Amino acid sequence: MAKKHKWQDLIKDPLNENNPITVQVLGICSALAITVKLMPAIVMALSVMVVLAFSNLIISLIRNYIPNRIRIIVQLLVVATLVILVDQILKAYAYDVSKQLSVFVGLIITNCIVMGRLEAFALANKPLDSFLDGIGNGAGYGLILIIVAFIRELLGSGTLFDKQVIPQSFYDAGYVNNAMMLLPAMALITVGIVIWVQRSMYPQLTEKE
Amino acid sequence: MDRNSNIYTILFAAVVVTVSAVLLAVAVMVLKPAQERNKRQEKMTDIMYTIGLDKEALSKKAAAEGKKLNYKVIEAYFNKYFTKQYALKTDGSVDNTVKAFDINMKAEIKKSEKKQRFPIYVGDVKGKKYYVIPLYGKGLWDDIWGYIALEADANTVKGVKFGHKGETPGLGAEITKKWFENQFAGEKIFDKDNSFKGITLSKSNKDPENTDKEDHEVDAISGSTLTSNGVTNMIQERLQHYVPFFNKIRQQKN
Amino acid sequence: MELWNLFIRSIFIENMVFAFFLGMCSYLAVSKKVKTAVGLGAAVVFVLTITVPVNFLIDKYLLQPGALKWLDPSFANIDLSFLSFIMFIAVIAAMVQLVEMFVERFAPALYASLGIFLPLIAVNCAILGGSLFMQQKEFTQVSEALVYGLGSGIGWMFAIILLAAIREKISYSNVPAPLRGLGITFIITGLMAIAFMAFMGIKI
Repeated sequence: MAKKHKWQDLIKDPLNENNPITVQVLGICSALAITVKLMPAIVMALSVMVVLAFSNLIISLIRNYIPNRIRIIVQLLVVATLVILVDQILKAYAYDVSKQLSVFVGLIITNCIVMGRLEAFALANKPLDSFLDGIGNGAGYGLILIIVAFIRELLGSGTLFDKQVIPQSFYDAGYVNNAMMLLPAMALITVGIVIWVQRSMYPQLTEKE
Repeated sequence: MDRNSNIYTILFAAVVVTVSAVLLAVAVMVLKPAQERNKRQEKMTDIMYTIGLDKEALSKKAAAEGKKLNYKVIEAYFNKYFTKQYALKTDGSVDNTVKAFDINMKAEIKKSEKKQRFPIYVGDVKGKKYYVIPLYGKGLWDDIWGYIALEADANTVKGVKFGHKGETPGLGAEITKKWFENQFAGEKIFDKDNSFKGITLSKSNKDPENTDKEDHEVDAISGSTLTSNGVTNMIQERLQHYVPFFNKIRQQKN
Repeated sequence: MELWNLFIRSIFIENMVFAFFLGMCSYLAVSKKVKTAVGLGAAVVFVLTITVPVNFLIDKYLLQPGALKWLDPSFANIDLSFLSFIMFIAVIAAMVQLVEMFVERFAPALYASLGIFLPLIAVNCAILGGSLFMQQKEFTQVSEALVYGLGSGIGWMFAIILLAAIREKISYSNVPAPLRGLGITFIITGLMAIAFMAFMGIKI
């Protein structure tokens, strides 16, 4: 029953045509609150990618042994275990970022993208394919996160990775950072605009009424 | 074995749970020391920051001695500059049974005033004395905290460091920015008649350039009155407990 | 008074959707019709009101550092807080199942309208988010946890009903093709979030 998947497609598709956020509409929940700055967004993207890839791999390895009745709870357990590991490692080796991410690391557990890929892909495919699918979807998710964080940090704080990039002469000439960009509301609007741009470039993605 | 039988389901669940429990227990045990170290390091760097030893200054110092700035080096600097720390009682006397550094402010401020111990760190950099006091209070959304350093006269502010859990980005969250923290340097917490005034974040500051250091006021952050009030109250509430101790120092001086 | 304050705050000011983006997946997917939005919203209120206090008790008496003291004083040094993610999600999954069975048995009419949404809820971030924020806020009493759970549930329901109402109307408008559906929904939610910011800083 397992289809043959081309490995490069498994990575490439989720970056654009099948992007988990802008096309599949999965995993928006925990992501947007941490896109004020680039650094936490990148760490968040990596964490999701790791959790996604390894939970896909593990579930795919044991897919033929899981009793159907407790399928969901086993998946939740695997995901939760991985998330706790990631959280503990961040607390030990990336303390500053882990403080900024606070509860949002924990919320990866209920990030629909993880459960979504487990149900839709890992349960029916070989371990290596599932692993790559996890990497691909994690990357597609991270891409949007990083784009949004880039726009918000640049326009909102005038910095990138906390380094000033907008020169002082701009400020002297009357330029002001747009504090609106730092507010949660603008994350949503930024994603909306990203979707708009993407769908204008790829009209086949447009929704039918 | 039948994959839908009860026994198989229970066995499977037991195996999965055991594996994940063992994995987590091991991971937590291995990583715990590093996590504890991070917390201590943050506390030490925050305290040193208030007396002008920020990360840059420390790394320069370390580089000059041919060392890299890591936990060990930071701890060595902290122990060198902060030789004394006390846990004070409300009357200003020292409680020797408690180590100031181990006091968790968040838990401590929930206790009654009599039971609370008030930590103070006494710094000594090149013969200059500093008193650093931890702060903890409520902002608009959630907790705010920080440290305030006083010079040897126990009156003039040397520097401050603020932190917050969830103030509004771009508004209340500005309290952690350098421009805000820099305003505090040189302000006095006692007035000329020696009564305790604290420092107020004021919106109607008559002195926007902050040249008058005797007015016990700094500029509040526009658009975030409640965070600013939180900071004012926090400084007021925390420092008043130290007044008996400060008075002792000030009397010795005079 | 404290509780009332907390209640209002959790509905309007710290709104799950507009301030923290929680539960967005189902928020976007199930907001095409007001009627279904009401159903899902009610289910979220229901489950949050139950799981937040239950998780509060688990956190207080099992997981926090030194929480096991009531069993034996020698357990005072045990810190199980790293298990909180797993415990919370397990409680949520179990509670959702229990609630589903109860509702099916005792209120078939309600089950018919809520039933399909209940299983969806176990993986709704707003539910786990409620418990994690509860843990972060360090409530001291179970009543606070209860009020917080109820309030954030109502806040979420409020948000999804409002959005569904707007989407029903907007289907008559001429939205640029690439923005149709998802894109415009994001932007609407952003504008709603800005409107909700007007509640910020209100003290009751």
